Amino acid sequence: MGVMEHRLHWKRSLFRYGWSLARAVILIGVCYIVIFPVLSKLASSFMSRSDLWDTTVVWIPRHPTLRNYELAWNYMNYPTAFWNSVKLAVLVSALQLASSTLVGYGIARFHFKGAKVLFTLAIITLVVPPELFIIPLYLNFRYFDFLGLLPVQLNFINTVWPAVITAATCTGPRNGLFIYIMRQYFKGMPRDLEEAASVDGAGAFRTFSKIMLPAAVPAMVTVFLFAFVWQWNDYYMTQMFYSSATTLPMMLDKLPNSVLGMRWEASLPETSLLNNTGSLLLIAPLVILYVFLQRFFVESVQRTGITGQ
Amino acid sequence: MKMRKPKRRLFSLTLRQQNTLAGYLFSLPFILGFLFVFLYPTILSAVFSFNELVITKTGYELKYVGLENYRHVFRVHPTFIRDLTETTINMLSQAFWILVFSFFAAIILNQNFRGRLIARAILFLPIVMASGIILKIEARDYMTGILEYGMESVSAFLVTPALSVYLSKFQLPDALITNILAAIESLPNIIRSSGIQILVLLAGLQAIPRSLYEASEVEGATGWENFWLITLPMVSPLILTNIVYTIVDYFTSTSNLIVSNIRAAAFGTLGYGIGSAMSWVYFGVIGGILVITFVIFSRLVFYHE
Repeated sequence: MGVMEHRLHWKRSLFRYGWSLARAVILIGVCYIVIFPVLSKLASSFMSRSDLWDTTVVWIPRHPTLRNYELAWNYMNYPTAFWNSVKLAVLVSALQLASSTLVGYGIARFHFKGAKVLFTLAIITLVVPPELFIIPLYLNFRYFDFLGLLPVQLNFINTVWPAVITAATCTGPRNGLFIYIMRQYFKGMPRDLEEAASVDGAGAFRTFSKIMLPAAVPAMVTVFLFAFVWQWNDYYMTQMFYSSATTLPMMLDKLPNSVLGMRWEASLPETSLLNNTGSLLLIAPLVILYVFLQRFFVESVQRTGITGQ
Repeated sequence: MKMRKPKRRLFSLTLRQQNTLAGYLFSLPFILGFLFVFLYPTILSAVFSFNELVITKTGYELKYVGLENYRHVFRVHPTFIRDLTETTINMLSQAFWILVFSFFAAIILNQNFRGRLIARAILFLPIVMASGIILKIEARDYMTGILEYGMESVSAFLVTPALSVYLSKFQLPDALITNILAAIESLPNIIRSSGIQILVLLAGLQAIPRSLYEASEVEGATGWENFWLITLPMVSPLILTNIVYTIVDYFTSTSNLIVSNIRAAAFGTLGYGIGSAMSWVYFGVIGGILVITFVIFSRLVFYHE
């Protein structure tokens, strides 16, 4: 008996160590693949032109230089562009947060016929490719007269208004996801909370602002972070409606052209150095933010009950 | 005895009506947005797809052309149909592997081991980085191209042939082997696009009540049985969520072939009308695939409670 038990135990712990080892190998491999683009950008951002033609240089540059950073920093107009990006991203994500919190609460906690329909519609907006309506939307913003109600046609293109309007009405890119997150979270809160409040004589809005909102902070942080990150990196919408904006993605897109002028297409390697350095400068603030907030980011998603239903 | 009606206050609304009113008031931002920023332009785009659009000084004019735009998309355009088929097939294979990988990764990240926090932080990094302008730049970048090519060719020269010899021993269908090999070559891409899916599944795994596993342990169930009888059914709704998210994410990604086709048509020489027709055909395909997956998978999904 003793021998059998011993053998079983031995087998089990062997299996456990084997699995730990396999898990470590898999995770290291996967993490390497994820970090690989960052490492390659980091390596090439310090390379000089001669390193590009040097076949012995793979990762470590032989003639390290800060020239790429200097060029990217100056031509992207980094401090100004950074500040513009911060302003736009904070504005848009705050509006998206506010609107999707209200809507998520509305369709989660009030029992009315339209609630289910509205939720389905929110999911539909998430599924429809923006190409379908982006052109007419562009024309609407170009000749904005609020469906003929305004006496004059306003031109909203190259103003901040398209971003504000879409964010405040939950119709920005992937905004349906934010409604979904908030709705699931509010859905998971106990009924008693509202009943207690209504016994105390609080109206719907007071119940929302004094009781439900403070309890929904984890989900709100998640939504804000997602919205902030996507707006920070956004190129598609900005280029569509606000192409004169000098945010970091817009400056990054123009970077090779503004440094090298017309010859940028002829000098692909140099373009690449600039692109890599510029990308690093773009994501550096996000990565710093992520390092400090990642625990909050990951845990808050776990507590938001994306899981429900 | 007659029931007395309760007194009504607040513009004589019943509690139910008050509830409905409050619900609509809270949802007002989305209702407005859906009608004016989403539905109205969408209907306009449907109208455009049957017209030719001419920009004038004070706006634009429409010239009715019937089904001509659609005929152009299907019959005249040199690559659209081929690109559409290719995109759809790529999507199906990539979605499958993303689902498998994200499930596997979520299970690993849910276990207890040293360095778990770091591993999580790294795996979710693509959510922060791989979007918008970075994707656009990487798609056309020279160095990234070379390095990725280097990485892929390592797998193409070393891993792939060895593996294909190994796999052929099992007498699997050729199509399956090709699919597996293609998946290995696009592994970096798959891993980098699974961030959200892993996050969703991980959240789901953590929400499974401990008591279920404790109960099954008392009954003497093995880990294998636990997986099939508890873990999988409990996260199955999230697998459906992930399937839908993956399909949508792939189809709406701006680096997608069809999306660039549509943009080239709409802002190029072909015109808004043909661009709109293309996006409706595209949406039809997406919608069809989503409906089919939903019908198939919603039967398999298990809802707790």
